[in-house]
Amino acid sequence: MELNVSQMGFSEVNEQMRQTADSEITLTGCIGQRFLAAGTTGKYVKINGIAGNALGAYLNGSVIETFGNAQDAVGDTMNDGEIIVHGNIGDAAGYAMRGGRIFVQGNAGYRAGIHMKAYQDKVPVMVIGGRTGSFLGEYQAGGIIIVLGLSGGERPIVSNFPCTGMHGGKLFLRSECSDIHFPHQVHHRIASAEELAEIRGYVEEYCAHFGGSADEILNAQFTLVTPDSGNPYKQMYVAN
Amino acid sequence: MNFYPEFEVVRNDSRCIRCQVCERQCANEVHWYDEDGKFMLADESKCVNCQRCVTLCPTRALKIVKSDCRLRENANYSDQTIKEVYRQAETGGVLLSSMGNPNPLPVYWDKILINASQVTNPPIDPLREPMETRVFLGKKPERITRNPDGILDTKLAPQLTLSMPVMFSAMSYGSISYNAHASLARAAEALGIYYNTGEGGLHEDFYQYGKNTIVQVASGRFGVHKDYLEAGAAIEIKMGQGAKPGIGGHLPGTKAVGDVSKTRMIPEGSDAISPAPHHDIYSIEDLRQLVFSLKEATEYRLPVIVKVAAVHNIAAIASGIARSGADIIAIDGFRGGTGAAPTRIRDNVGIPIELALAAVDKRLRDEGIRNNVSIVCGGSVRSAADVVKAIALGADACYIATAACLAMGCHLCRSCHTGKCNWGIATQRPDLVKRLNPDIGSQRLINLMDAWRHEIKELMGGMGINSIEALRGNRLMLRGVGLTEKELEILGISHAGE
Repeated sequence: MELNVSQMGFSEVNEQMRQTADSEITLTGCIGQRFLAAGTTGKYVKINGIAGNALGAYLNGSVIETFGNAQDAVGDTMNDGEIIVHGNIGDAAGYAMRGGRIFVQGNAGYRAGIHMKAYQDKVPVMVIGGRTGSFLGEYQAGGIIIVLGLSGGERPIVSNFPCTGMHGGKLFLRSECSDIHFPHQVHHRIASAEELAEIRGYVEEYCAHFGGSADEILNAQFTLVTPDSGNPYKQMYVAN
Repeated sequence: MNFYPEFEVVRNDSRCIRCQVCERQCANEVHWYDEDGKFMLADESKCVNCQRCVTLCPTRALKIVKSDCRLRENANYSDQTIKEVYRQAETGGVLLSSMGNPNPLPVYWDKILINASQVTNPPIDPLREPMETRVFLGKKPERITRNPDGILDTKLAPQLTLSMPVMFSAMSYGSISYNAHASLARAAEALGIYYNTGEGGLHEDFYQYGKNTIVQVASGRFGVHKDYLEAGAAIEIKMGQGAKPGIGGHLPGTKAVGDVSKTRMIPEGSDAISPAPHHDIYSIEDLRQLVFSLKEATEYRLPVIVKVAAVHNIAAIASGIARSGADIIAIDGFRGGTGAAPTRIRDNVGIPIELALAAVDKRLRDEGIRNNVSIVCGGSVRSAADVVKAIALGADACYIATAACLAMGCHLCRSCHTGKCNWGIATQRPDLVKRLNPDIGSQRLINLMDAWRHEIKELMGGMGINSIEALRGNRLMLRGVGLTEKELEILGISHAGE
């Protein structure tokens, strides 16, 4: 199904997508409609234009490919599926996502991957091609966040206060991160070849979506950040 | 620093038959049997005064009493205050407490009295006349509209139907046990009301009670996925909790084991941290976004509740929520319970539910948006009388949790955070959990609600009111006693005698 949505509100767009039996849907003329494909399963949704806030919230297996930027809260509480953004994204992407993958060609705003989780066989992955704003991976409890720094100018690969409250998962930053201050409850070091091998598949997928060579991208220093405890708040309390 | 225990175990040795049931029943390991001397001993320092041993002692040989060994009396530095300083000096930790604020702050319910009919407008006898206690929660239409063909447009926003204006408030699986959830779920189904999952997800065994379940979405989003959202009859966004406004939750990794980790969908042993804010909500506009993302994901079939703690600007906050697209506002007062909260927050943050409720109802009426939302109030609703007063102050329904726990056997020892609840409620230890039999737990909840329903009907009948809808916001039915002008003004009621 192909749908020109330039004159539609979000509820109408979503309703039309629910109504169709087609598994492949193309939206054209998208001008920031929110909640697109929220909670859906088994669809491939191609979006031309700008996707609004909460793109693919609670996504449950659909694939969304956006040819243009996406706004805030991409993949909020996503459970499964894939979101591919040929552009930049706004704040709080992948908030509490538990499964599935998010690939962003360009930059992400603040709080990307906040409170990302993992559960049994579900390991969410977020790959940001450019750079990210402050508070990357805050409260991260699981999953893998990869920031490649391929675009976005001269600024640091991540802005201030990354990994605050991180207590699970991994974060790979394609930089030595000598200029970045991490909180005390995480470990950060240069990733070994074996550790990088773990993310090769995701980088290859990134290249399949957006071009580039995985070998070239991986032929660089990556900083690996992991928490030093799954129980960061354990000692804070005394029973009264 | 060691200090004399708060409680003393008083054992009447002439009654004690050395059956050791006290020893077996105490998860705190207070009691033990001395084989040589053939008598029972106790370490009172471990006692939390949960009364389990007292209740089960077959010869009534046991009493737990407050120790009279106190520090020197001081009206400013109370015994409790001094010991809290000691505890913190010892550990450097934040004080952690459970259940609702126990301090002697005003309970406005107790300063409000209910009207009754005399001579004119006769009272109604609920035993011989029908009384309607059913309520519908959700957005109500502003006006009656007709379709182009002249037929009445009967399409309503999604509603919750309650057989009586009481629901079981949010308590997560993790903070309370499987058997406690089973009791609440079964009772809610039998009663035609709702229970609330809290923020710990919904155990797969309880999906069958979905039509009587409210599923919660909190900042940690634990266990939140499409099936979960669709499993319940309504979705509640938890912005805050009366016992700990402005802070998040934290289930220690030691409790995130087995089914709790599975239900929360987090790895075993991992801390479950609910951050203080929702990281995508910084404004009413952002709240609207979460409301509508949930509505979109569930195709507008379920009402969305926004739960907030009663705080200073609650009326303005509620006004915002009423405009956010939410169907129901739940307000939780500062005496509301908790499985664990920092003592300082619990005891010092938030405002009484009675004042918050009255202020919110008035504000929404003044702004002409009262029918945009239903109002549910919680935070220490202890009896049918409290329910009737709450409805008359403007609530559509009440949330109860502490009273529900009491029905299941809780003795309000305020030690939930230890995870060693001897009554099988606030614990995950299998040997303790099985002490709460869901058959009995649910029946006791049903009994409590049946009793309250009768009392609500009698109180309503006395006022000459035969429908709960006619009581809502009917503040003429209330009078204050011993309240200041300001308090009466906020409550919107007259003083007794006026």
